[in-house]
This record gives sequence, structure tokens and C-alpha cells, in this order.
Amino acid sequence: MPAFTDLLFLAFAGLTLLFGFLCVANPLSRNPVTSAMFLVLTIVSLAGLYVLLHAFFLAAVQILVYAGAVMVLFLFVIMLLDLGEEDRRKLNRVALISGTAAVLGLAGVLVRALWSAKGAAATGATLVEGNTAPLGRILFQSYVLPFEILSILLLVALVGVILLSKKELK
Amino acid sequence: MQAGLNHYLIVGGLLFCLGLFGVIARRNLLVVYMGLELMLNAANLVLVAFSRFNNNLNGQVMVFFVITVAAAEVAVGLALIVALYRKRRTAHVEDLASLKL
Repeated sequence: MPAFTDLLFLAFAGLTLLFGFLCVANPLSRNPVTSAMFLVLTIVSLAGLYVLLHAFFLAAVQILVYAGAVMVLFLFVIMLLDLGEEDRRKLNRVALISGTAAVLGLAGVLVRALWSAKGAAATGATLVEGNTAPLGRILFQSYVLPFEILSILLLVALVGVILLSKKELK
Repeated sequence: MQAGLNHYLIVGGLLFCLGLFGVIARRNLLVVYMGLELMLNAANLVLVAFSRFNNNLNGQVMVFFVITVAAAEVAVGLALIVALYRKRRTAHVEDLASLKL
């Protein structure tokens, strides 16, 4: 009899893949706003998978940063750019065929790699918990320097975005 | 069935394939960007799964860094798209094939 967490895993994994598919290849609508909304749903289902993996802090960060900040930015830009005429264009046959071929090739490689590594997986013993306390301890003991570099990266991104958004790019 | 490492890896791989398909096949610059986000999220899921099943929290710290860098990347990329749109009045990849503005 499958455990409750396994049912939850199946539900969240299926929802993630379904929403991801609808985000990139929605057969009904090619409006970018629809894609953005399905990307939000994909991200929320991924946060569910993170909770199943006991990465609670990352699940919260995923919702806050991706579904909160990044997607609002996406929606702002979509509405700023007024992309109405885009869905009237024809799909590019060459891109569709080459995309399908590339994706099938990559999926084949991944499945084959997983198949050959089959015996190595799945320990069921004592497993780590992704609470804030152990995560913060690691972050501020072993990873202080990358953390500080990251803050500089954010500052650089901030200045760059302000410069790019100015009216004249001279 | 016990949801083990392999199952999470399969989900991550399929999600990465979907993102790649979006990047190659879609023509709208913003949807291409969303495909990139999907690929980043797939990598994050695989990192968290490895971290959980190998009893090692370093993977989760890595995901934390990846999320931060992805947020910065999205901000800069969208600013570039807006600047490009101001110059060329299009966000369609086939109209943006030349290197010169």
C-alpha cells in the first residue's frame, strides 16, 4: 500500500510536469501572460516537492522569490511591452522539429544514464532536514565568502538594471 | 512504491527537457526566458533531491545561491529585453537576428 507521502509525490510531480508543459507548449493559447501564469503554478508545485524533500526553507524561498518577485517582474514587462500581435504569427516548422528532436535526444540520454545507475540509489536511513537552523549554520560558517560575493552581485545587477532602463543608452 | 532518488531525478530531467523545448521552439523572447527559468528550476530540484538522499546540506545551500543568482539574472535580462524593445519595437526572436542595433 503506497504511503501518503508517495501519493503526494505523484500528485506534485504530475502537476509540475503538466504545468511546465502548459507553460512552454500550451496548445490552446500562445499568450505570454498565460505562460507566465502556468510558470507560477509550476513553481508552486515545485515548492510542494521541496517540502516532500524536507527542504522547508527552500520551499518558502521558492514561493517568495520566484512566485513573488520574479513572476511579478515578468508580468510587468509583458504588460509594458504590449505583445498582442505575437500570437497571430505562424509557428516555425524548423524550430518545432529541431526542438522536438533535441528534447527527445536529451531525454534519451538522461533515461539511459538513470537506467545504468539504477543500483546506486535510494538509501532510506536517517536523512537531513532543511530547517533554517542547520542551513544557516552551514551558510554562515562554510559559505560566508560566497554569501558576501552574492550581495555584491546583487548590487551590480541593481546598478546595471538602472543604467539599462534609462531612456537614452548613450 | 517508495519515492526515492531516481523518481526525483526523472521529474527533474523531464522538467529540464520541457524548458529546453521552450527555449528552442518558442519564438517569443519572454517565453524563451520562461523556458530558461524552468531549466534552472529543474537543476534546483535535482540538487535538493541529491542533498536529501546523500545526507548532505551543501546541496541546499547551493540551491539558495542559484535562486539568488537567477533573480539577479532575470532582472538584468528583462531590462535588456525592454531596452531592445525600445530600439526595435519587437520581442520576436526572428526579428532580432542582426548583431547591430
